[in-house]
Amino acid sequence: MSQNATLTLGLKSPAGVAACATGLTKVYGEGETRVVALDSVTVEFGRGRFTAIMGPSGSGKSTLMHCMAGLDAISEGSARIGDTELSGLNDRQLTRLRREKIGFVFQAFNLLPTLDALENITLPMDIASSKPDQEWLELIVGTVGLSQRLRHRPSQLSGGQQQRVAVARALAARPEIVFADEPTGNLDSRSGAEVLGFLRESVRELGQTVVMVTHDPVAASYADRVVFLADGRVTDDLPAPTPEAVLDRMRHFDAKGRTS
Amino acid sequence: MLRTALRNVLAHKARLIMTALAVLLGVAFVSGTLVFAETTANAFRDASAQSLKGVAVSVRADQATSMDPAAPDTAGGEGGASGTALDAALAQKIRQLPGVASVRPTVHGQATLAGKDGRPVNADTNGQNLATNYLPGQHGKGGQDGKDSGHGKDSHYPLKEGRGPAAAGELALDAKTAAKAGYRIGDTVRLATDGPALTKKLVGIVSTDDPQVTAGATLTLFDTRTAQQLFHHPGQFDEIAVAASPGTDEYALTDRVQALLPKEGVRATSGAELAAEQSAQIAENTGYLAKTLLVFAGIALFVGVFLIANTFTMLIAQRSREIALLRAVGASRRQVVRSVLIEAALLGLVSSVGGFALGLGIAAAMGPLLNTTGAALPDGPLVITPAAPLSSLAVGVLVTVLAAWLPSRKAAKIAPVAALSSIDQAPPARTLRVRNVLGALLTGAGVLVMLYVSTLRTSKESNLMTAMFGAALTLGGVIVLAPLLSRPLITLAGKVTTRFFGVGGKLARQNALRNPRRTAATASALMIGLALITGLTVGAHSAQHAMAKEATQGLTADYKVNYSTARGLDADAPGKIARVPGVAAAAPLTTAQFDTRGQYAVITGTDPKAFGKAAQLDFRAGSLNDIGPGKIAVSDEFAKRAGLQIGATLDAKMGDGMDTGAAQKEHTTGRKGTAQQKKLTVVGIYAKTRTLDEALGTLTDVLPHSVTKQLDNVLVKAEPGRTAGLDRKIRAALGDSPLLKVRSQEQLIKDNNESVTTVLSMMYGLLGMAVVIAILGVVNTLAMSVFERTREIGMLRAIGLDRSGIRQMVRLESVVISLFGAVLGIGTGIFLAWSAGGLTTTSMQEYETVLPWERLGTFLVLALMIGVLAAIWPARRAARLNMLRSIQST
Repeated sequence: MSQNATLTLGLKSPAGVAACATGLTKVYGEGETRVVALDSVTVEFGRGRFTAIMGPSGSGKSTLMHCMAGLDAISEGSARIGDTELSGLNDRQLTRLRREKIGFVFQAFNLLPTLDALENITLPMDIASSKPDQEWLELIVGTVGLSQRLRHRPSQLSGGQQQRVAVARALAARPEIVFADEPTGNLDSRSGAEVLGFLRESVRELGQTVVMVTHDPVAASYADRVVFLADGRVTDDLPAPTPEAVLDRMRHFDAKGRTS
Repeated sequence: MLRTALRNVLAHKARLIMTALAVLLGVAFVSGTLVFAETTANAFRDASAQSLKGVAVSVRADQATSMDPAAPDTAGGEGGASGTALDAALAQKIRQLPGVASVRPTVHGQATLAGKDGRPVNADTNGQNLATNYLPGQHGKGGQDGKDSGHGKDSHYPLKEGRGPAAAGELALDAKTAAKAGYRIGDTVRLATDGPALTKKLVGIVSTDDPQVTAGATLTLFDTRTAQQLFHHPGQFDEIAVAASPGTDEYALTDRVQALLPKEGVRATSGAELAAEQSAQIAENTGYLAKTLLVFAGIALFVGVFLIANTFTMLIAQRSREIALLRAVGASRRQVVRSVLIEAALLGLVSSVGGFALGLGIAAAMGPLLNTTGAALPDGPLVITPAAPLSSLAVGVLVTVLAAWLPSRKAAKIAPVAALSSIDQAPPARTLRVRNVLGALLTGAGVLVMLYVSTLRTSKESNLMTAMFGAALTLGGVIVLAPLLSRPLITLAGKVTTRFFGVGGKLARQNALRNPRRTAATASALMIGLALITGLTVGAHSAQHAMAKEATQGLTADYKVNYSTARGLDADAPGKIARVPGVAAAAPLTTAQFDTRGQYAVITGTDPKAFGKAAQLDFRAGSLNDIGPGKIAVSDEFAKRAGLQIGATLDAKMGDGMDTGAAQKEHTTGRKGTAQQKKLTVVGIYAKTRTLDEALGTLTDVLPHSVTKQLDNVLVKAEPGRTAGLDRKIRAALGDSPLLKVRSQEQLIKDNNESVTTVLSMMYGLLGMAVVIAILGVVNTLAMSVFERTREIGMLRAIGLDRSGIRQMVRLESVVISLFGAVLGIGTGIFLAWSAGGLTTTSMQEYETVLPWERLGTFLVLALMIGVLAAIWPARRAARLNMLRSIQST
C-alpha cells in the first residue's frame, strides 16, 4: 500500500503539490446562454504523481485542465502552478508560465509538420531561446525510443511515434507539470498503451508530474490516481485505479446521472 | 450546382476579399482606360466640331502631314507653294461665289508669353501657346477682311474688355491667358513667337470656348497683318474657312471653290470631310493611348491571375472533403468543376461591377491628372458607351474563370472515398519535376534569345519584337521555375531571419517553403511588376547617363545659350554676350551638312579662339589655332572613315542639298539645293567627342551653308568666380525672350533627364497597379497560411510562443516571400535591361548599362516594407486567434 501512503503524503504536504485549484469556477456566456463549466472545484495534483481526470463529456474535465494550464481564463477562485497564482496573470505572463513551467500533450496534430522530430522536441526551448540540457534530452529521447527517428518529419512517423515525440517535447524542458489532453484519443490500442507507458515511466523514473484528461478507463488505470468530474464538480477520487475499478465508478455515475 | 456555388461564395466572403479586390482593381484599370479613351475622343471630337462649326469648306495648304490644326509649320521661307496661293485676293474671289455666306482667312502660329514676373507661361510646351489673327468686321460679301477696319469686332472671339488689336504694336489675349500671365489692359506684354523677344501693348481681352485653351493652352491674338508677318508672309493665310449660306450644298460649294484654286499646293475640303478626317485622326490618337494603357491594365490583370489561382487552390484543398461528399452522393466530375467555375464567375462578376464603378472614377480623374503634366486634353463630359461596361465585365469574369480553371481540375480529381477518411490530410504535393524541366527550357530559351538580342545594335522593329519575345520567354520561364528557385533563395533568407529572430524566423522560413507553388505564385506576382520597373529604371538611368555624356562631354562652358524653337540665334548674339561683364568668351556654334569623298558629315562652324575657352578638344594632330578660313579640323573617327590626313585638301559640297540625309549620290542628280563646292584643307585632327560633329571650321566658312543661316547656340565661358547671376545678365543682353534658354551644364543634364524622368514616373504609376495587386496577393497568401495553420498557431501559443512571437512569425514569412519576389524581379529586370540595352545604340552611341544602385536598393527596401505592410492584417488575425478553439479546430 505504498501508493496509498504517497497519496496521503501528497495530499497532506503542501510541498508535495505541483498544482492546485481552490474554488475554481469557470462560466461561459452570459444571461440566457450562461453555462457553468466548473463549479467551485477544489483539487490538488501531487508532485511526482500521475493523475487522471475522468468524467463524461460535458463534465468540465477539459475545462479544468485548460484553466489549470493557463490556456483559459478563470472566472472565480484560484488555480496555482507551484507557487504561481494563475488568476490575475495577463496574457504575456501566462504565456511565459506555460513556456517555463508547463508541458503539453494534445490529442492530435501536436507537431509542426515543417520541423523534424528533434526540432519538434526542442521547440519549447527554441521559443524560450534556452539551450536544451543535452543529457536530459538524450535520456528522454531514449526513453520514448525515438533515437533512430530524430531526423524524420512528422509525416514520416506513425501516429504513435508522433505522439511519443509530443510526449518527449512536453518533457524536454523539465516542466513542473505536464498536462495531457486525451493523449491516446487518436491512437490504436497498442500505440496508446506505449504512450501511456511512457507517461507513467516519466513519472516513476524521472519524477515528472503528469495530469491527464481521458475518458478511457484503461488509460486512466495507468495513473496513480483518478479524479472524477461531473457537471463541473469533483465527484470522486480513486487512488491506485484498475480499469475495472474505474469502469465501476463510471457505471455508478451513469446510474446516478440517469436517476437524478 | 449554381446554388452550391452561390452558397460557397457567400460562405467564404472574408477569404475572397483579396481576390475580389484584385479583380476589382484590374477591371477598374481596364474600364477606366476605356471610358477615359472614349471621353477624350469625344471631347476632341467636340473640340474639332466646335472649330469647324459653320465651316462648309476649308481651304488649306495641301500638306497632309500637318493635320494638327494647332501646330502648323512655322519654318517660313521654305513653306513652298502654299504661301502664294492663300491670299486676300483668293479670299475675295471665293467670297464672290454663289452660296458663300462669309469667308474667314486665318493665320496660325505660336506665341509664348513672358508672365508679369518674367517667367514664360507654359515654358516648355510651346505647342500649347496658340496665336492667331483677330479678324474684325463682317466677313460676308462686301466685307473687307484682310484689312483691319480698326474698330470692328471679331465674332469668333467676343471681347470682354478693351478692343481688338489693330496695329503692329498691339495684341489681345483670352481672359484665362491674361489672368495666368498677370497682364491687364494697357500693360506691355513681352512675348516671343519663334526666337527673339517682342513687346506689344495689351489692348483687348477676349473670351473663347476653344477647348485647347480651356485645357490650359494660351491664346494670343494679333491683327491680321502682324500675324502674317510673324508667322507667314505678308498677305498670306494658312486657311480660308468658308461659311455657306443656307440651303447650299457643301460638296457642290467645295467643288466650286476648288475650281478657283491653283492646280497644286492648295486644297479645298468640305467641312464634313474635314470633320471626318479629324475624327479619324482623333480616333487613331486616342486609340493609341488606350492601347498603351490597356497593356498596363493587362499586366495588372495578369498579376491578379496568380492571386485568384492561389485562392481557388486553397479553397478547393480546404473543401476536398466536402467535394468528395458531393462526388459520393452522385455529382459528376464535370459538375464539380462547373460548380468551382461558376463560383469563380460569380466572384468575377461582382468584383467587375465594383471595378467598373471605380473605373469611372479613374476615368474622371485621369484627364485633369494628365493635364497637370501638360497634356492639354480638352474638357468634356464622361462618355460611357455600352462597350465599356460590357467588355470590362467580360474581362473580369473571363480572367477569374480562367485563373480558377487549373484549380478546378484538381477539384475534379478528388476521389469520392476521401469523404470517408477521417483524417483530413492534404494529398502529398505533386512532384515539381515536369514543371522544373519546362521552366528550365523556357528560361534557357528566353536567356538565349536575350543574349542574341544583346548583340544587336539597331532598334529595328524586328529586333524590338525579338527582344519582347525574349523578355516574355524569360519572365515566363522564371515564373515557372520560381518554386524550384524558392528553396535555395528562401533558405538563404531564412538563415538571416533565423539568426536575428530565432525560432520565429526559422518557422517563417519553413512556412514559406511549405507550399512552394503558392509561395512562388505569390512572389511571381510581385516579380512581374518589379522586373518591368527595374528594367525600365535601369534603361532610363543608363539613357540619362548617356545623354548627360553626350550633352556635356568636353564642354568647359558655363552656359549654353539657344532658343527652345527651331530658330537660331542671330549672328550678333555672341558679340552681345561677350560684352556682358563677367563673360570671358562666347563661342558661336552653327552647323552645316557637307560631304566629301563620298562621306556624309556635319561640320560645326565656330570662332576657334572663343571655342578653345568653352570646350576641351583633344587634338591628335594640329591645334585649334590652326583653324582658319578654308582650314578645318576633323575628328579622328571621320578622318579614318574618309581617309583624311593633315594637309589633305578636299572638295566639300556644303549646304542642305541633301537634306534628306540619304545616300551620297542623291545630291548630284537630285533636287537643286543650296549646296556649294568649297575647297577645304585639313589642319587638325581631334579625338571624337559626343558634343561635337565630324568637323570643325570657322563661322564664316560654315554659316552661309547652314539651314537657318543662324547660330544653333552660343557657348559662354564666365570669368573665374563670376558665374553667379550671369545667366540673367545674358538673358537681358539678348532681349530676354521667353523662348531663350540660358542653361548651365547641370541644367542641360537636368533638362535632358526631365523627359526620361517624366516617362519613367508615368511608367511607375502605371505599373504601380500591378504592384498593388501583387501586395494584395501577399496579404491573401498570408491570410490563407494563417487560416490553414490555425491549429499549429494554437499549439505554438500553448507551448509558450507569445502573441508578438506569432506576429513576428507571420511578418517574417511575408518579408521572406516579398524579398524572394523582389530579388527575382530585380535580377530579371537587370538582365533584360542589360541585354536589350544595345538596341538603343542607334539613337544613343554612348549608351552603356549603368546600374542605379541607389534605386535598386530602394526597391529592395520597398519590398521589405511591402512584406511588413502586407503582414499587418494576417499577423493580427493570427495573434488574436483564440488559442483553445484553434487547438481544437479540425
